[in-house]
Amino acid sequence: MAETTVETKKKSGLLGKEDIKLLKDPLHSDNPITIQVLGICSALAVTGSVTKSLVMAVALIFVCAFASLIISILRNSIPSSIRMIVQLLVIAGLVQIVEIVLGAFAYTAYVELSVFIGLIITNCIVMGRLEAFAMGNNPKQALLDGIGNGLGYGWILVAMAVVRELFGKGTFMGWEIMNPLFAIVGGEYTLNNLMVLPASSLFVIGIFIWVQRNVDDELVDKS
Amino acid sequence: MGETLNIFLKSAFIDNMVLAYFLGMCSYLAVSKTVKTAVGLGLAVIFVLGITMPINWVINTYLLSDSAIVAGVSLSFLRLILFIAVIASMVQLVEMIIEKVSPALYNSLGIFLPLITVNCAILGGSLFMVSREYGFVDSVSFGLGSGLGWFLAIVAIASIREKLRTADVPPALRGLGIAFIITGLMGIAFMSLAGLNPADFN
Repeated sequence: MAETTVETKKKSGLLGKEDIKLLKDPLHSDNPITIQVLGICSALAVTGSVTKSLVMAVALIFVCAFASLIISILRNSIPSSIRMIVQLLVIAGLVQIVEIVLGAFAYTAYVELSVFIGLIITNCIVMGRLEAFAMGNNPKQALLDGIGNGLGYGWILVAMAVVRELFGKGTFMGWEIMNPLFAIVGGEYTLNNLMVLPASSLFVIGIFIWVQRNVDDELVDKS
Repeated sequence: MGETLNIFLKSAFIDNMVLAYFLGMCSYLAVSKTVKTAVGLGLAVIFVLGITMPINWVINTYLLSDSAIVAGVSLSFLRLILFIAVIASMVQLVEMIIEKVSPALYNSLGIFLPLITVNCAILGGSLFMVSREYGFVDSVSFGLGSGLGWFLAIVAIASIREKLRTADVPPALRGLGIAFIITGLMGIAFMSLAGLNPADFN
């Protein structure tokens, strides 16, 4: 999903090279989770199931994109001594919108995720990008940066959830996968209970980082 | 008094914010490269938790509870916004103080200083305090205890990571990767402490 967005944007010719970089970098070389270390808490909490992670990812992309846009528009009129409170109010307002929309159109997901949607307010990706990027760049770039980081967070989240749900519960979005597969060879899948524990998502992220940095040597920590 | 001490010990060592609840992970992993910065951020978190907890207790008890301002009306739906506003203003205060007192620490903490605001351990602590119905004194001890627990956890992982610099870790796992895995192991080790009650040892 992430890749196609970048593709279509490229064709439209609306965006320069710099703008595409803003969208693309967070997917891999400047990923919010594996490189910038932002938004880990929610990555630990919701990755037990793929459906939850998908809803969470979409919600976060929305909040991150629009918070960046709004803060970037306001950036010259916010006094620096109260900037955090202003940022949080904008984020809280957007999260409230997401909560209301989800409650109206996707009620089951809303019930499952209710607490975690509220916790997008304290997801450090949103505020991290506001502090690091939107406070110093123009609205268009800030919007792209917000979308890019949301997508970068989203794909890692969903990938982790696929691994954890598949091995921990033997399912994918609620469908039985492992048992039918093992039934072909006449066996039975024993659930890996480690994958259900929150601690396992730390191992999964660790392994993702390992793979990612093996693929791309430039990301290896040299210090 | 015994109960208050009990809450302090329990929140610091048993229900540890980082290792038992996995709250406040982002800055815990990102700022734990050296013990020095870890100590700085840890102290800031103790301060913010210790201050915001009693303030939020007062707000929750005298403003947000049932019929606190207007008879028959509960303002508890404002809880998240008010708590986060208190936390944000306290963090802003800490940021100003650190910038004045220690510019070097201010620079090495970088973006993770303002991010204490969205450190889930802080807001999580206030919400735990409400759901566990602590009194005023207990909430102070809970705030300081959880702060101390967070401080100890980040200092522990920072010292492990300093030692690991000389270890033969696969290049791609060096730094962040191994920190994640170590935290996972520490978390699993901490699971064996879950449900322990210090009062039982008297």
